[in-house]
Parts: sequence; C-alpha cells; structure tokens
Amino acid sequence: MQATNTTVDPAEVAKFEAMAAEWWDPNGKFKPLHMLNPCRLDYITTQIAAEFNRDLTEARPFEGLRLLDIGCGGGLLSEPMARLGADVVGADAAGGNLPVARIHAEQSSLEIDYRHTTAEAMAEAGEQFDVVLNMEVVEHVADPLSYMTACQQLLKPGGLHICSTINRNPKSFAVAIIGAEYVMRWLPKGTHEWHKFITPDELFGLIEQSGLTPVDRKGFVFNPISWQWSISDRDLSVNYVTASTKT
Amino acid sequence: MTFDSDILIAGGGLNGPALALALAQAGFDVTVVDARPAPARAGSNFDGRGYALALASKRLLAAIGVWDKVADHAEPMRDIKVSDGRAGEGPSPFFLHFDHTEIEEGPMGFMLEDRFLYRAFLEAMEAEPRITLISGTSVTDQTVDVGGVTTTLSDGGTHLAKLLVGCDGRQTGVGKRAGIKRTGWGYGQTALVCAITHELPHNGVAHQFFMPPGPLAILPLPGNMCSIVWSETDDNAAAIHALSDEDYMAVLRPRFGDFLGEIALTGNRFTYPLSLSVANEFVDERVALVGDAAHGMHPIAGQGLNAGLRDVAALAQVLTEAQQRGEDFASELVLARYQEWRRFDTATLVAATDLTNKLFSNDNPLLRAARDVGMGLVGAVPGLHRTFMREAAGLNGELPKLMR
Repeated sequence: MQATNTTVDPAEVAKFEAMAAEWWDPNGKFKPLHMLNPCRLDYITTQIAAEFNRDLTEARPFEGLRLLDIGCGGGLLSEPMARLGADVVGADAAGGNLPVARIHAEQSSLEIDYRHTTAEAMAEAGEQFDVVLNMEVVEHVADPLSYMTACQQLLKPGGLHICSTINRNPKSFAVAIIGAEYVMRWLPKGTHEWHKFITPDELFGLIEQSGLTPVDRKGFVFNPISWQWSISDRDLSVNYVTASTKT
Repeated sequence: MTFDSDILIAGGGLNGPALALALAQAGFDVTVVDARPAPARAGSNFDGRGYALALASKRLLAAIGVWDKVADHAEPMRDIKVSDGRAGEGPSPFFLHFDHTEIEEGPMGFMLEDRFLYRAFLEAMEAEPRITLISGTSVTDQTVDVGGVTTTLSDGGTHLAKLLVGCDGRQTGVGKRAGIKRTGWGYGQTALVCAITHELPHNGVAHQFFMPPGPLAILPLPGNMCSIVWSETDDNAAAIHALSDEDYMAVLRPRFGDFLGEIALTGNRFTYPLSLSVANEFVDERVALVGDAAHGMHPIAGQGLNAGLRDVAALAQVLTEAQQRGEDFASELVLARYQEWRRFDTATLVAATDLTNKLFSNDNPLLRAARDVGMGLVGAVPGLHRTFMREAAGLNGELPKLMR
C-alpha cells in the first residue's frame, strides 16, 4: 500500500527503511534510541496515568485505552504500551519497518495493529484514539502544522497527545548533529536536518494552532559522565517532550 | 505461550527468598527451587552461625516484611571497635572506635542468628500467594529461546519462565550452564566460626582485631553471647579445627583476651575456606546471577550477605521499573542495567576487602606502623570516620530504593 495525501517527505521515509532491520538490536544502530527509551516511557506512562487516573503498580494499567503510536518504527514504544494493556495501533509511513515490528510483536506474544499509513490518512478515515504518541516525528515531516492538525483530529475529546522533538539552537546543532551523527556515529549522517528542528515555543504554537491545549513540557538530558538520560524540568535545550490535551 | 511463572529463582538460601519476596511484592509470579528440603533449613536449634546485617540490609528486610518476624532476636551493633594486635600483646595504642551516635541513622547493623532469619523467610514466603516454593529439588538444565527460559528440575519436571535467576552460590549451576566464566583466587586462609558465651555484658560492641594470621571478629548476639569469626592460615585452621573443644578454646582465649571475663564454647564449630570468586558477567540472555553466584568474596567485614542483599534490592528495582514502563523485563537491555549497577559496587568492595586483608594479615613492622598511623588518622578526621561508618552500615554508593 502506498500512503497518499501526505505531508511525509519521501526522501526521509527511504532513509528509515534502510535502517529497519536494526530496530531491535540494543547494541545496533538504534542504541541511542534504546538508551533514551526508559526516559521516554517514564514520561509517557506518568502522563497517561495522570490523565486517565490509572495506577502504574497494577498489572495492565492501560486496559481500555486506544492508543496510536505514529512513526512506530520497530515498535519500541508500541510494545511497552501493549504490554501495559493499551489497545495499540502502530502507524509508520515507512513500510519497511512494519515486518520487523510484526515479527517482534509475535515473538513477544503481543497483539498490535501495525499499519503502513500516515496520521493524515487515518484522520481522514475518521479513526479516534484516547492517546496519540508523536515521538521524534515532527522534525521529519514536510508540513508540521497540517501534520499536527491531523494528530488533533485523531484524538477523542479528553484525549492526550504526547509529542517529543529536538530544539533548534547552536547547542542542539552541536549535540544532535555534529555529536550524534559525526562524532559518536550514533545515527547515520543525514538522519536529521537542523533547519527542521523546532523550538519549544514554536511547538507550543503549533499545538495551540492545531486546537490542542499544551499542559506540560520537559527536557530529556543526556549525561555523558553517567552515560544515562534523565528527565529535566528546566533543560529543554536539545531533546524535549510535551503533553497536550483535547478539550 | 503459557508461562509457569514470571521468574524462576534457583537457590533457596537467603538471597533467593529475599528476591522472591521483593519481586512478589511488585506483582511478579515467582517460583523458588531449593535443593535442600524445607525442614532441614527450618531447624530451630542454635548452631552457632550468625549474620552481621548492615543497616541497609535491615531496611530491605523491613521493606519485604521479614524484619518484624526477627526484630526480637536481633542484637543492635551500637559500636564497632577495630584494633591491630598480636596474640598475647593486646591491642595497639591506636584503634578505631565507631559509635553509632555519630551517624543519624542509628545502629550500624544488627547481629542475627541464621536459624531465626531463615525461618522468617519461610513464613513470609508461605504467606505470599505469588510465591511457589519447591523444596528438595534442584535445577539440572536450562534452555533459553526467544520466548523464555525452560528449566529442567531434578524431579524430571520442566518449568517455563521469562527469567531465570541464579541465587545458587559460588558454584552456581545457572552461571555455568549459561557459559559464564569466573575470576578468583584463594587467600590461603580459612575462617573458623563458632559462638561463645561470656561472663560480662558486651553492650552491643562489635570488635575486629587485625592479627598477623588473619582477622578475628567478635560480634554481639542477644544476651551474654557472641559470634566469632576467626581467620587463620589454612594449615593452622585445619589443625585448630581438629582439636577438642577444650583445646580449641585454649587457642582462642589468648587471641580473644579477657575483656568479657570467662568465655565458653556454645553450639557447633564451622570452617569456611576464604577465597574470592567473581563471575565475569552477572547476566546472560534471560539469566541473572545474584549474591555469591555473582561474587563470592572474603567475608572479612561480614559483607557477603550484605552485598547479596544489595544485589537483591537492585535487581528487584530494575525489574520492577522495567515492568511498570511496559518493557520486556527479561530483555538484554534491562538486565544490562542490573549488571552495570552491581558490577561497579562489587569491584569497589572486592578491591577494598582484598586490600584491607593484605594490609592487615601481616607481621611486617613497617606495615604495622603504617596502619597504626592510618587508623589514628581515620580516628582523628571526622569526615573520614563517618565515611567508614556509612560504608559499614551499607549506606555508601547508589542505594536501591528498598534500602533507603
């Protein structure tokens, strides 16, 4: 199936298809994402639990919630969400990721509805979700506002939208492009284009313009001494995440 | 795929049950396979063995509901006195005195007899519906595949779990079958362990005498009773262990001194050869090692069980956090976090224990002078003193939540 009516940039999609098979190797090309994942999951689970009044110490706390993971890749977020009980649809515009994701979900005894489609196409089809995860996608799309509007349309009233991306400033250029792509070789060269990065204020602007209400923002900070990521209230200078709701 | 339990723990000593309780509390279904029959471990006669539980270990026991069952039998270690001595000469003029009033957390640790601790673990496990205890059975084989780990038991049964944890001691079958190699060396020393009664009250003071053949630890038990851990060269220890009770005490008395009045033997005598044995990896695919299976160390400061309980608290925390975020808790990625956390602490402790022993088990006059000055220095510098005390109490390093 070829996704149509899309703001996805075809050159960007091709890049990720080339990497698909590497998704689940913790020491492979996606090591940085695997390292960041606990932090992303801590933020996501905490926000969902707070918004929908769920207890994370219970088994399958997200039972009954319909969740969309946009740009699901190999399923690094879809699988944990399904394990916590959510009814998960994983969407990716790069079809090459999906076989990897499907095989891995089956090996993990998880039922996840992986689809080769885009946020815009799903919004047009009238799909509705309690939670939309929009993690590290917006910096890759051709038209951020139309993309964000589709995310808004995909939410039920009272729904939660979580969006993470990379800030645009000299530090993020040094860290996310020079550091991650050229020095550490964490990501293939050309993974990111700095001019597509978005500042938190710009992102809050886009969120509001799409009709959502921003409720929270935090930074994801990498500490090169402890070699670990952590969540920061203040430092949004490179990687950051936001939560917004639909009223 | 239907799992028989989330986690299978091989080994029912002390770390195994502690881990089972911590994990069950977090919602995991756990099976403990213990090679020994339950009644053999639940024997209620005093056998002379005791544990020096650091404060952090006591907190873990409290968090998993075991401390209440043993608190009445535990003797707080209020003070620890460390001195350098030679048999018949008494302690050197410099000695270290750690008084619990110097740290805000209270006593640095507690002495507890083995029989009370294991019985409390058994009771707590019986009361926990998420724990299945299989006694008198051992793990004979293990196979790991994409979906889980299948273990074969000595009774012929098989068991499918997501994770297999080896709490099966330094001879760990779980580690060997996973192909994990070990590094280690002997110290040429053997620990002689017994309990004594004495005339005068010990007032909760633990003593450690560093003597040329090896250290002598005197650890207060309830009443006028102490646990003795006494290290000698292998040959000496074998000779002393072969003596009659009367002759054994005749060897111990001059080392012990007369500060507690008359002393007499009670319970059984034990010997433990001292050696270091550390697993090169603490984890493998769907396998984790805990306690002596990961690091059997010189029990010079009673840190063996305490280090094991620290593994327990760290592993329980890593697995629980992963489970609550929806991660596959048995994945390579998650297990690597446990290994990273514990290997650093272990390396530090092993090095410190090794160095302490090499420095103190020595009659070289220059070294004796150096360590007398060293002890005087530690005693004179308040910050350093506090650091040592917090180390003895197990409060240094990155403390797992269950120990805070």
